[in-house]
Amino acid sequence: MAAASAVLQSEWTKIRSVRSTIWTLALAFIVTVALGAVICLVFNNTWGDLSSDDQATFDPTATSFFGMQLGQLALIVFGVLVISSEYSTGMIRTSLAAVPQRSAFYASKVAVAGALALVVGMATSFVVFFLGQALLGSHSADIGDPGVLRAVVGAGLYMTLLVLLCVGAASMLRSPMLGLGILMPFFFLISPILANVPKVQTVARYFPDQAGRKIMQVVPDSGDHVSYGPWGGILIMAVWVAVALLGGYVVLRQRDA
Amino acid sequence: MIELQGLTKRYGDKTAVDHLTFTVRPGVVTGFLGPNGAGKSTTMRMLLGLDSPTSGDVRIDGRRYAQLSEPLKHIGALLDAKAIHGGRTAYNHLLCIAQSNRIPSHRVGEVLETVGLTAVARKRSKGFSLGMGQRLGIAAALLGDPEILMFDEPVNGLDPEGIHWIRNLMKGLAAQGRTVFVSSHLMSEMALTAEHLIVIGRGRLLADTSMADFIEKNSRSYVRVRTPQPEQLMDVLTAAGHTVVTAGDGAFEITGTEAAQLGELAAQHQLVLHELSPQRASLEEAFMQLTAESVEYHAHGAVTPGGEPMPVAPGQPQWQPQPPPQPPGGPGQPPQPGGQQWGSQWRNPGSGKGR
Repeated sequence: MAAASAVLQSEWTKIRSVRSTIWTLALAFIVTVALGAVICLVFNNTWGDLSSDDQATFDPTATSFFGMQLGQLALIVFGVLVISSEYSTGMIRTSLAAVPQRSAFYASKVAVAGALALVVGMATSFVVFFLGQALLGSHSADIGDPGVLRAVVGAGLYMTLLVLLCVGAASMLRSPMLGLGILMPFFFLISPILANVPKVQTVARYFPDQAGRKIMQVVPDSGDHVSYGPWGGILIMAVWVAVALLGGYVVLRQRDA
Repeated sequence: MIELQGLTKRYGDKTAVDHLTFTVRPGVVTGFLGPNGAGKSTTMRMLLGLDSPTSGDVRIDGRRYAQLSEPLKHIGALLDAKAIHGGRTAYNHLLCIAQSNRIPSHRVGEVLETVGLTAVARKRSKGFSLGMGQRLGIAAALLGDPEILMFDEPVNGLDPEGIHWIRNLMKGLAAQGRTVFVSSHLMSEMALTAEHLIVIGRGRLLADTSMADFIEKNSRSYVRVRTPQPEQLMDVLTAAGHTVVTAGDGAFEITGTEAAQLGELAAQHQLVLHELSPQRASLEEAFMQLTAESVEYHAHGAVTPGGEPMPVAPGQPQWQPQPPPQPPGGPGQPPQPGGQQWGSQWRNPGSGKGR
């Protein structure tokens, strides 16, 4: 077996030496933070217009994470390109000739992409939280409040798991066009829409993003379901991720490169 | 050393590689020749463990590719010049490959120097020409200083200077005692570089022979003669026991004799000659005849030269020794001058020799 550390180092060189990594991760950070800040500012300035009901269930933590809805699209691109660019460029043949143990190759790629996503995800969630709370003024939450730290750490976890889900799905699909064409509309349109359709939503709440997002809520909504708690939600998402990664591995191992 | 044993690859009911068995030995350049679609690249991909064989076995230094730890120190390969992420610089491309096999990073600079890409080391390979891409691919193959090197169509897209460079590189590597396995669909190219020749067509082994043998048996040499007195010359030549073939433009082609003898013969009979020139049929012609029946994609309306019916024998894995069929045109036809069935001597390796 090729030494695990050697393959990890190689994958790290690969991921840091292409522009798409920097662009997608920077975009995810900037969009999430900027949009979160704007939303917080708007809420603070229009606080008086909110109904008393809305004021009572206002969740300052979750509000600051609002920009993730859009920022996560850049993370999807990152996760898809990490693996599918190997196929689209033909680099996969060079990679597998160098590391014929496909499990080692795959594990290293997943580990490096996951670690990078974790760092960027945590940085994004902490920055947007503190910036958002500062802009919310008197309506802000404190990191020491019950459940808040969990939500902030959870937001970082959510972004990491989303990237890993995309890595796994893209390994199965093997093409960037197919990967982006399926995952982007799913997370941006299909899942959010289905989650708001009566009856269908009881199924849609088990979609990876819907389940994972639960951990970012601190103040429960009045109409909220209680099928699972915050950690249960992230666990459901983790199961999706595990299935996707396993599927990706099976495809990589079985099919000719 | 590369050993193939009954290597087979099927895609559905289409057989791309059909029971290939041969060995590539160190110290010489081995040419791997076949028309487009013959299965050369598929064979090479199976060698590197990229495609898994339907049946059969291939071993590098006695081991399966996946069993090699740090395989680039055993075998370096250029599969295609575009197996590169264009957004990565040449230096980083080689660095990530080197790191995966624990090859010291100073090798990256060395191989870039060897292939002449030092000046563009920090440039993204997206902007590289095909020739530069080939050089970068060759640099990657050389990284681990491997004993076996494999190049798939390395001269494709190279300019004359680049072709010259790669020929010398391959010869130099073989001279160092390495195993060099190089594929091509150009016989002329192989004649200049390879010492040993493996020819496949439609995935089957057609020839496994030394280049010297191949040239000796297949480069038909003859003398071309033109005269304003064809009838007289024909009589003289026939009387002297020569077999004369009339070429399309009225010239005679005589096999099995020297130009000097024919000139003297003509002088004795006071015949005027307008041309007297020794000729050598090209190896390219020989190769085309060998593979004609197995060419995957014929140009529309193409006529298979040679006229020899291809024994189609599904389920018959190897070429069986068999007497060469008589050419339909009889002896003396241009494709098979002198009645000699082209390629019959070595077409069945082992059995054809000494016949």
